[in-house]
Amino acid sequence: MHRIIKKEELAPRIKLFVVEAPEIASHARPGHFFVLRLHDRGERIPLTIADSDPGAGTITMVFQEVGKSTYELGTLEEGESILDLVGPLGTPREIRRLDTVVCVAGGVGVAPIYPEAKAFHELGTRVISLVGAQTKDMLIFKDRMEAVSDEVHYATDDGSFGYHGFVTGLLHDLLAGGLRPDEVVAIGPLPMMRAACKVTAEFGVKTVVSLNAIMVDGTGMCGSCRVTVDGKTMFSCVEGPAFDGHKVDFGELMARQTRFLTEEKLAMERYKAHVEGCKCRRE
Amino acid sequence: MPARVDRHLMPKQDPQERIRNFDEVALGYSPDTAVEEAKRCIGCPKRPCVAGCPVEVDIPSFVKLIAEGRFVEAARKVKEKNSLPAICGRVCPQETQCEQRCTLGKKGKPVAIGALERFAADYERTSSEGAKNDPKVAARVSAGRVAVVGSGPAGLTCAADLARMGYKVVLFESLHSTGGVLRYGIPEFRLPKAIVDEEVNYVKSLGVEIRANTLVGKTVTLDELFRDGFDAVFLGTGAGLPHFLGIPGENLNGVYSANEFLTRSNLMKAYLFPEYDTPIWVGKRVAVVGAGNVAMDAARTALRLGAEKVTIVYRRSRAEMPARLEEIENAEEEGVELMLLTNPIRVLGDERGWVRGMECIRMELGEPDESGRRRPVPVQGSEFVIDIDTMISAVGTDPNPLLVRSVPGLKIGRHGNVIVNEETGETSVPGVFAGGDIVTGSATVIAAMGAGKIAARGIDEYIRAKRERSG
Ligand SMILES: Cc1cc2nc3c(=O)[nH]c(=O)nc-3n(C[C@H](O)[C@H](O)[C@H](O)COP(=O)(O)OP(=O)(O)OC[C@H]3O[C@@H](n4cnc5c(N)ncnc54)[C@H](O)[C@@H]3O)c2cc1C
Ligand SMILES: Cc1cc2nc3c(=O)[nH]c(=O)nc-3n(C[C@H](O)[C@H](O)[C@H](O)COP(=O)(O)OP(=O)(O)OC[C@H]3O[C@@H](n4cnc5c(N)ncnc54)[C@H](O)[C@@H]3O)c2cc1C
Ligand code: SF4
Ligand code: FES
Repeated sequence: MHRIIKKEELAPRIKLFVVEAPEIASHARPGHFFVLRLHDRGERIPLTIADSDPGAGTITMVFQEVGKSTYELGTLEEGESILDLVGPLGTPREIRRLDTVVCVAGGVGVAPIYPEAKAFHELGTRVISLVGAQTKDMLIFKDRMEAVSDEVHYATDDGSFGYHGFVTGLLHDLLAGGLRPDEVVAIGPLPMMRAACKVTAEFGVKTVVSLNAIMVDGTGMCGSCRVTVDGKTMFSCVEGPAFDGHKVDFGELMARQTRFLTEEKLAMERYKAHVEGCKCRRE
Repeated sequence: MPARVDRHLMPKQDPQERIRNFDEVALGYSPDTAVEEAKRCIGCPKRPCVAGCPVEVDIPSFVKLIAEGRFVEAARKVKEKNSLPAICGRVCPQETQCEQRCTLGKKGKPVAIGALERFAADYERTSSEGAKNDPKVAARVSAGRVAVVGSGPAGLTCAADLARMGYKVVLFESLHSTGGVLRYGIPEFRLPKAIVDEEVNYVKSLGVEIRANTLVGKTVTLDELFRDGFDAVFLGTGAGLPHFLGIPGENLNGVYSANEFLTRSNLMKAYLFPEYDTPIWVGKRVAVVGAGNVAMDAARTALRLGAEKVTIVYRRSRAEMPARLEEIENAEEEGVELMLLTNPIRVLGDERGWVRGMECIRMELGEPDESGRRRPVPVQGSEFVIDIDTMISAVGTDPNPLLVRSVPGLKIGRHGNVIVNEETGETSVPGVFAGGDIVTGSATVIAAMGAGKIAARGIDEYIRAKRERSG
């Protein structure tokens, strides 16, 4: 059981938990994730380790409520517990001192990008961060990203804050303006990562993405998370989740993300009906 | 001389009924039938059956106890050597082990040793007499501390044996639940999970501490275990890495590895979706590629999840099918079809990325290959397409590389298997032992248990020698 020490609502439907998990905290490195199971009937869902504090024995997770499990997770309060956490999983990112790195984050992707930006920054790399969201209210982790970046640029789809448009538009402008970073890190929804890779390919800049394939065990046993990278099948939970974005078959991965769409919808509808049912009874 | 009695059949759920539920297929002997069957044993002085048992169960003695109606004592007799009798009674390939050597098998049918083992274990579990567990833990307190990695049959057996010898054992498991393949691979209708729970509880009752959700190599490293004061480590991490055929279209939606399909269904209970949160999807026409126990389990699970037509596609002939005969028969009774001497060469998809068919080629058997089986050769120009909407790939697994590749100096074979001294289970790294599928590649429950036993003895000797040296 892992107690929730702190809960914060960062934006509508985006929440942050600080949770007790001493063994994971003491081994966590940027790029690592963990798998969580809420309760006995729960599924196993992966989330990135957004921060860790080995001294306090805690890890930080940031999640967006998109379906049944993440919605239910969001109903937990400080003092309550999550049944299972296993991790740290995945191959951590090898982070070296570079001249310049551009971190491109879309939506809740800013949370997983933060530990990488922080690690680059600590080594003295110049970090330029581009953070995008649908609208101003959905921009999260602003203070944190500003603390570990030399520059932060914002983009919103509706123009309510910063650049009006997609964060990949910002990226394009930056590269078209002559900037040649050693590496671009892009984390966010698949269409955003794919678009970012298209931009950087044009300018020949190395790009690392973090793939959110559908997982079950997260330890290389089931093959659910397989993706085609450079023409080869890889298990993203073990060999990833970070890959060279120019070699990822995004089309295939995007199709694979829809494998359980009907079931996910059903689960969400049932859950909503159940939650609303409870409210009625309480009144 | 009493009239020769035929081997008693195990009663089963009706096939039409059972494909609509996940309840156990084989129903077990009644006490009367068990006594009758046990009486068939002639108590051969040379005990050939025992030699066929990898964990050396005293078969004639426990069978005799059943014949005398002393069922709980019979179970205890089995447990002297085998900590997981209700599991072995269900899934062991007895037909190629103890029962193959049984004297009665020379002229007729061997004693149904497996069914009797299952009967005794079930009786002990469910009767009030049996509830009083009396594990005999050796008096030698705290002989040392051992970390066991992996809670499959190899790890459970090794842990139980060491606990009996007086060691403090901690068993680490990466999944949230114990049992290894017994939990995530073998379906409920063949091995009810309540039984896995009970037998794991028995191992716990011997004093073994179990830490789930701990991926050794990541959550805690092998070095840290030794630093924390463990005297030895046993690796029983199994052969969990699924193979794929490497043909085009294998990442289409609707193509599962058997491990994913079975893990969703068994470990995560997706067959109870949406009561349980993990989804599973199965279409109307399913092809399962492969013909081992794993393929049979996947095929029979697909039927129970609502598939209308399930076909096993296998590149050799019936005689080479590696699954247990009983499981092939069960599958066929349930309506699973066999398409033999056929090999898939391409999975075809629709415009939305879902499977719609599988292109196959006919095969014929040529000269024997290194496995001694006749090699399947494609028949030129015999390609054809079958319509399917789900494909399950059950073409084998490799030893799980995650931990073993992270251990410096650990000698590993060509297929990623850990190399050990067969007499002691010791690896090339001092204090590190291994056994089960991680050493042999995918094998059997009982072979994994045998390896766990050997390693427990090896570890005991190793620790004692170490203690003596350091005075
Ligand atoms: C390595 C990794 C790191 C991740 N880190 C974060 C994070 O830090 N914050 C965050 O908000 N989200 C993260 N995700 C995504 C998160 O796992 C999904 O949002 C979550 O599983 C959705 O579950 P659900 O039941 O709420 O939604 P569902 O209704 O089940 O699904 C919504 C969508 O989420 C995806 N999804 C569903 N099940 C899984 C699964 N088991 N594994 C992966 N994706 C799934 C599918 O694309 C699906 O369409 C990460 C995913 C991966 C693989
Ligand atoms: C579907 C299926 C059906 C089968 N049917 C039969 C049958 O009818 N009869 C039969 O005799 N055999 C059968 N087998 C084979 C049999 O189950 C295996 O040979 C046996 O389970 C191997 O035991 P093991 O202990 O070596 O490994 P496993 O049972 O694979 O257990 C290994 C355990 O280690 C854990 N693990 C792995 N890495 C780590 C790590 N780094 N840290 C912590 N934990 C870790 C895994 O999660 C797993 O729980 C079947 C196999 C399958 C897949
Ligand atoms: S070989 Fe068969 S008949 Fe002989 S002792 Fe063993 S079980 Fe009994
Ligand atoms: S999630 Fe199962 S292999 Fe990656």
